[in-house]
Amino acid sequence: MSPREHLADALRQRCGLTGTHLGCEHGVCGACTVRVDGAAIRGCLMLAVQADGRQVRTIEGAGDDPVMQALQHAFVERNALQCGYCTGGFLLTAAELLELDPDPSREAIREYLSGNLCRCTGYQAIVDAVELAARRLRGQSGTDVALP
Amino acid sequence: MSRAPDTPEATDSRAGAIGRPTVRTEAWRFVTGAGAYVDDLPAHRLLHAAFLRSPVAHGSIVKLDLAPALQMEGVVAAYDGEALAAHCQPVRGLLAHLPDMQVARQWPLARGRVRWVGEPVAIVIAESRALAEDAAQAIAFEWTDLPPLVDAGAALQPDAPLLHEELDSNLMFSATVATANVEQAFAQAASVVELALRSERVTPMALEPRGILAQWDASQNRLTVHMGTQVPWMMQAVFANVLGIGQDQVRVVATDTGGSFGSKIHCYGDESAVAVAARLVGRPIRYVVDRLEAFVSDVHARGHEATVRAAVDADGRLTAFAVDDLCGAGAFSIYPRGSVNESRHVLGLTGACYQATEYRARIRVALQTKAIYGQYRGVGHPLACLFTEAAVDAAARRLGMDPLAFRRRNLLPDDAYPHRAPSGARFERLSLCACLDELARLMDYDRLRADQRERAADHARGAHQGVYRGIGLAVFVENSNHSSSNYGRGGAPIASRDGAMVRLTQGGGIQCAVGLTDSGQGVTTAMAQIAADAVGASIADVRVLMGDTEHTPVSGGNWGSRGTGISGEALWQAGIALRAQLVEAASALHACSPDALELVEGAFLRRDDQACVCTLQALAEAIYFRPERFPRGFQPEPAAQRHYAQTEYDGIYTNGASASWVEVDTRTGFIKVLGHWIVDDCGTVINPLLLDEQLRGAAVQGIGQALFEGCLYGDQGELRNATLADYLVPMAAEMPDIHVGHVTTPTATSALGAKGGAEAGVTGALASVVNAINDALAPLDAQVLELPVTPERVLRAIGAIRSPAS
Amino acid sequence: MKPAPFAYVRAESFEHALDVLAEHGDDALVLAGGQSLVPMLNLRLVQPAVVLDINALHALSTIDTHAEGGLRLGALVRHREIAIHPVIATRAPLLRAAAPWIAHPAVRHRGTLGGSLALGDPAAEWPACAVALDATIRLASRARGERCVAASAFFQGLYQSDRRADELLVGCEFPRASDDSVFFFRELARRHGDYASVGLAVSARGRPGAWQDLRLVFFGVGDTPVSATACSAALIAGDAFADAQTRLEAELEPRADLWFSAPAKRHLAVQLLRDAWRDLGNPIGGT
Repeated sequence: MSPREHLADALRQRCGLTGTHLGCEHGVCGACTVRVDGAAIRGCLMLAVQADGRQVRTIEGAGDDPVMQALQHAFVERNALQCGYCTGGFLLTAAELLELDPDPSREAIREYLSGNLCRCTGYQAIVDAVELAARRLRGQSGTDVALP
Repeated sequence: MSRAPDTPEATDSRAGAIGRPTVRTEAWRFVTGAGAYVDDLPAHRLLHAAFLRSPVAHGSIVKLDLAPALQMEGVVAAYDGEALAAHCQPVRGLLAHLPDMQVARQWPLARGRVRWVGEPVAIVIAESRALAEDAAQAIAFEWTDLPPLVDAGAALQPDAPLLHEELDSNLMFSATVATANVEQAFAQAASVVELALRSERVTPMALEPRGILAQWDASQNRLTVHMGTQVPWMMQAVFANVLGIGQDQVRVVATDTGGSFGSKIHCYGDESAVAVAARLVGRPIRYVVDRLEAFVSDVHARGHEATVRAAVDADGRLTAFAVDDLCGAGAFSIYPRGSVNESRHVLGLTGACYQATEYRARIRVALQTKAIYGQYRGVGHPLACLFTEAAVDAAARRLGMDPLAFRRRNLLPDDAYPHRAPSGARFERLSLCACLDELARLMDYDRLRADQRERAADHARGAHQGVYRGIGLAVFVENSNHSSSNYGRGGAPIASRDGAMVRLTQGGGIQCAVGLTDSGQGVTTAMAQIAADAVGASIADVRVLMGDTEHTPVSGGNWGSRGTGISGEALWQAGIALRAQLVEAASALHACSPDALELVEGAFLRRDDQACVCTLQALAEAIYFRPERFPRGFQPEPAAQRHYAQTEYDGIYTNGASASWVEVDTRTGFIKVLGHWIVDDCGTVINPLLLDEQLRGAAVQGIGQALFEGCLYGDQGELRNATLADYLVPMAAEMPDIHVGHVTTPTATSALGAKGGAEAGVTGALASVVNAINDALAPLDAQVLELPVTPERVLRAIGAIRSPAS
Repeated sequence: MKPAPFAYVRAESFEHALDVLAEHGDDALVLAGGQSLVPMLNLRLVQPAVVLDINALHALSTIDTHAEGGLRLGALVRHREIAIHPVIATRAPLLRAAAPWIAHPAVRHRGTLGGSLALGDPAAEWPACAVALDATIRLASRARGERCVAASAFFQGLYQSDRRADELLVGCEFPRASDDSVFFFRELARRHGDYASVGLAVSARGRPGAWQDLRLVFFGVGDTPVSATACSAALIAGDAFADAQTRLEAELEPRADLWFSAPAKRHLAVQLLRDAWRDLGNPIGGT
């Protein structure tokens, strides 16, 4: 592996995990968010060689976790994604937020997600979806749109 | 306003899938990371491209030596403009029906001269992207500087250097319109307001950068291109023209597309160069622009300066509008749509929502040494709305009238259609007043005004010092469902007739094919809803194919809010036809009259007792596996195809209204958007769940331009903020909750009745935010008419600082 | 957008890191959190021969709350640790107040105190806090061993510091807050998490009418963090706020950025000063 490969490129090209997307490669957009040893980080701002011996979790492998499952369902139900390019990054960041704070306010959700860029939605559906997932994870029912 | 009753099938279907907030099943691919964008596709023997781009705005190429690049590790080939020219054709972004439009030829790579920072100069093909970039960096490139043409007005001065020697000036296009009595109307007006507005250029900034995977099959003499695009059929023609081959020698497949907003409907030199190079090297080549390249090579848009005037009579009635608009559209006219449509919409739509009968407009589009202009969501409509609505607010303020009441007095009434605006624009049916009324209700206009008055009282008591709140309104029209009047007539290879194919599969499902693409709008689901209702199937049994010139019907693609209205109508008609064919087949199978059966949610029911005689699945089995069960000689037809073009109007205008509620901190100039509302009328709503968030997303793009975004050029024509850290797009923390309402006026030009909804959210947003800011600043007798409305501009407007800022 | 080739060296020990720097000097760049360095690599703004990764030097990740004189933070302490560490919140409340203003969670997870100080971005939080708190920056080299530099002397120009090419920034010491210490931190940024257009970090001891050691450090207004000493002296002396404001306006010479002219930055600095002064409990005559 070439040391100049960043983690996101290595995941995409060497592991075939193309759910990690590149939107800017300078650390602003958050589309390449992955979790390294649990922490949501920018995949384009870490060299792949630095991940030696670390646990890396991408959107492809995140779905076995109940927090992520709740988020995925809520994102689909609330149409919290359009083109899908930013979605993995939003989900991984939102999952970290809900692990830290199971009952975040809308303002706190907006703030925690403020390092992730979505150019399609108005962010509102994303905030709605995170709120809905949080409510369900706390054992309260959210108002649902039925899944097909 | 209700739509005319249709066929019985259509009426029945209102209880079906259309209009329901249906979730997108395809969304599951994206939440699990299973999307397949162009950079994700596997390919054997894949090569990668990188470009040397011009670092200067204007220069003569003195030396371009590719040898150092060719010697580097992993490099397979490298070409400059001259080397590539032998293998391709230039393009011209000319709309041939427009008088006085002049356009220079453009090659994929610069030849002889570079004309903007970012113009592709040479392409390197290598075994990896990193190696290609290493080699591109090694190319020896020398030039002599030519004077940059940065300012559009300066570029039009008689002594300005010519950007293209083959043209006679730097004026790409100009047009005027004037009604007979316009000067008289201004002369006799009780009051005339005049505003000078200016907006910075912006860029669509789709999060997935543009990308292409091109492969040449020498055994078949065919080019196959996978790309994120809104317009696969148009791109087929584009690549055929660039390579000088037949259209049917090109296959274009639209992959999952990470947003587009108008940025992925053009012929870009870098993409053309990749396609040509793929033919030359005989191996597949992938190229995805990186973010820095995107800022200097994607289309830019919406940078205009305009003087707007409005005349009002003694009764507070608007009698005339005038606009004089100048736009610098970059170094070429973009192929094949041309770079003048924004300005043409400014000419067509300024003041057009109002009863004023007199109008004068002049538009000028200048060539300059900047990135090329192209279509960005709403193409000119947001500017026409801004110019109009800022003037309307100024007029209301001059008269001391409430801006809502002033609009109610002056808008075109809802029973005045069809209507021809003084500019010549024709509106089929609008609901401007109904939308404004709904907006006022939704936002609780009176409560916000009361809140504003309380604030003013607080100021008088010494509280909330320096913090002012304002309300901004905007009404707008937005074109959709275009006819062939522009691109077709202008010679651009962009279809206005779309096809749709529907067939019964052997498993009893319904498979549809349309030539659209889905870059996130949810067209896939909308099409499934339409097909389900038209055929009489359950939406779960419908599958939709899109975006492949090999397997789907011809389509103009997704732009101009046309996908659902045009392809959707073709699909509706195809579905209705298939339904009749399937009912006929089922009745033949069960020896009854076709009139005795109906197809509902995949089941053939006897009309008299609603008993199910068979299902789509059983019918499919009989059709494909048991032909002997049908009466002798009867050949059931399990597929239908229909085409549709809207031919009655240049376009079917949608309309709506938006409002913003903002807070301006005059100590710092910082602005907070407290609330935003949109009421939209896009005719028949197929899926409110998808539509509403699409409207919000568009509104956020508009708020972004109003407050944050702008391509900032230096005086040498260099783009100073070509990173995502410096080009400020709106993020979650700064955006408000956005409330959406609907008025429904279906178009009578189609059975479906759907108009477009993709652009409406942005169209009013610029104007409503700017009006809200100026409403807030009104007590200080200050206004800002320059976008984006930055803190700096607010501070200057209120006199807190005096510097002439850059 | 891929980095130019470089040799990657993972520092196995403190001595190893110093050896690499001694050998390569300016040709080597130190990789700590990477939140500024890696974008610069990706953009090819820097093309070093060697990237020296110090992340395995766990000794640089320590937070020593019992250090002589106060708080000693290793260069590899991440922004997020500073944001959540309970002792930092009590011993150095200014750091706790500043941490959430740094970028976004994903960047705070990786970015480090030492990387931020070594880069010395003029709009960044830690350099301003270090100056406001009169911190001491510790550097080490093979040739000269360890040395300490006052933060106020460390930042010397735009991305220029007193760190020499063969030196590793190993940590920073912050004096312990005393019982009468007070702090203020605020920045004005266009969007949440953006670099400050203008920011202000304040550290002081005393109370309204009796201030000592009032340090007003503005950032985003010059090539380095800017100590407004004349303004501070006027406020300590009990001059009218308007006079202190005039002094501040005279001593700031902001450089325009993409979105703010120099006068606008000066104006915003005054507003932050006003906020800080009021926040610290002082009256402001007039408006």
